Amino acid sequence: MAVKCRSCATLFIPPKNVCPRCFSTELEWTKLEEKGRLLTYTVIHVPPKQFQPEAPYAVGIIKLEEGLHLLGMIRGIKPEEIKVGINLIVDFDTDMPSQWPMWPQYFFRPP
Amino acid sequence: MYGREMFAEAVKEAFERCPNLDPKRGVEALFVGHMGESFEHQGHTGPTMLDWAGLLPIPATRVESACASSGVALRCGIFAVLSGMHDVVMVGGVEKMTHRATSDVTEFLAMASDFPFEQWQGMTFPGLYALIATAHMHRYGTTEEQMAMVAVKNHRHGALNPKAHMQKEVTLEQVMSSRVIAWPLKLFDCSLITDGASCLILTKPELAGKFTDTPVHIIGSGQASDAIGLYEREEFTTLKAAKLAAREAYRMAKVESRDVDVAEVHDCFTIAEILAYEDLGFCKPGEGGGLVEKGATTIEGNLPVNTSGGLKSKGHPVGATGTAQAYEIYLQLTEQAERRQVKDAEIGLTHNVGGSGATAAVHIYRRE
Repeated sequence: MAVKCRSCATLFIPPKNVCPRCFSTELEWTKLEEKGRLLTYTVIHVPPKQFQPEAPYAVGIIKLEEGLHLLGMIRGIKPEEIKVGINLIVDFDTDMPSQWPMWPQYFFRPP
Repeated sequence: MYGREMFAEAVKEAFERCPNLDPKRGVEALFVGHMGESFEHQGHTGPTMLDWAGLLPIPATRVESACASSGVALRCGIFAVLSGMHDVVMVGGVEKMTHRATSDVTEFLAMASDFPFEQWQGMTFPGLYALIATAHMHRYGTTEEQMAMVAVKNHRHGALNPKAHMQKEVTLEQVMSSRVIAWPLKLFDCSLITDGASCLILTKPELAGKFTDTPVHIIGSGQASDAIGLYEREEFTTLKAAKLAAREAYRMAKVESRDVDVAEVHDCFTIAEILAYEDLGFCKPGEGGGLVEKGATTIEGNLPVNTSGGLKSKGHPVGATGTAQAYEIYLQLTEQAERRQVKDAEIGLTHNVGGSGATAAVHIYRRE
């Protein structure tokens, strides 16, 4: 999901409560295609405490079809097979996190 | 040693270098950079530092801009003097980090990135700069070896600095074979978790001669901001805030990048020094890896960079880094840098970056 400004049609992630382009507060949620291309990535070997059980894990930035960028973990592919430019889709964990910010956790995976 | 004790030592040295300035009456305000109250469970850093330095009761203000905290504190001090509000102010920075576990330090430093879309996705600071490195390698063909050469150079410089945290040379093989922290960055691509404090005394040009025989003039100051989230930016191979801050500083100083004789840049990771060369105009975009490979940025090179050892070898006590960079430029421009002295340096530059580039402060200096 991204936020779309009703007054200037700008689409943005992260969702902001005031349009960064025209300052309008007339905003609406828009569903995105959930498809993107990998712009850059890393494989984290030394994580913060709460991610230690998952290490090493890959994290990348994708460019969604709508042109927006999003950062997230890359799963379902071996780190050594990841390349800049591969196509990835956005998927979601079914469990809601118990900690703040309590948003459904998303990740990227090969189609 | 606590942060406040280190700061008191730095203040003592600053006063020793200004023998005609009365420590009790001469300084009118303090601006101190400090990133994280989590490290020592101590906030309200302004009066804490002031008290230990024996400077009560003048106004003391903490400045927080992540790793650019004291670069921005320096700018606040410049505002205070240029506004006419104060004649003499102290600016500095402090951070005490080494007593904490690496995982805690990683978590505290990550607070300078976007919480929901970076920290919450498992991102770390080495991770953010690794994303920059991957993008730079992909776009320009920069190599892991070229990044490693930044570490080798800065450790060679740091080995000559008695105040450096790690006064030890490293070989290219050691850097390349060190363990992976966030691919493609390895342990020796990362700056050090360091304790440290630094400070400077600022005054008007017409008063400087009263206090010291070796003043250095700050002739340019620039600062700019970018999105807190790296992912929000159009490009990952440049720090736009650093480019804008440099442009402002060069314009104010009426100098160009080719006029710079010595620079301290924010090498929190080796790739960051390569970006700094490009963002400061020392070379064209994409040519930063080649610049270090040619040896242009060693003490003996055309444009010595990070003669102190940089964040890589001198160390990176985050809040103290900006004014520690200015201290090295002060030593260079007043011919006090001893074994790492650059010959005939007239113009110096510091480049201090907060987080993954959401803040950047650039300052330009000229010797008397």
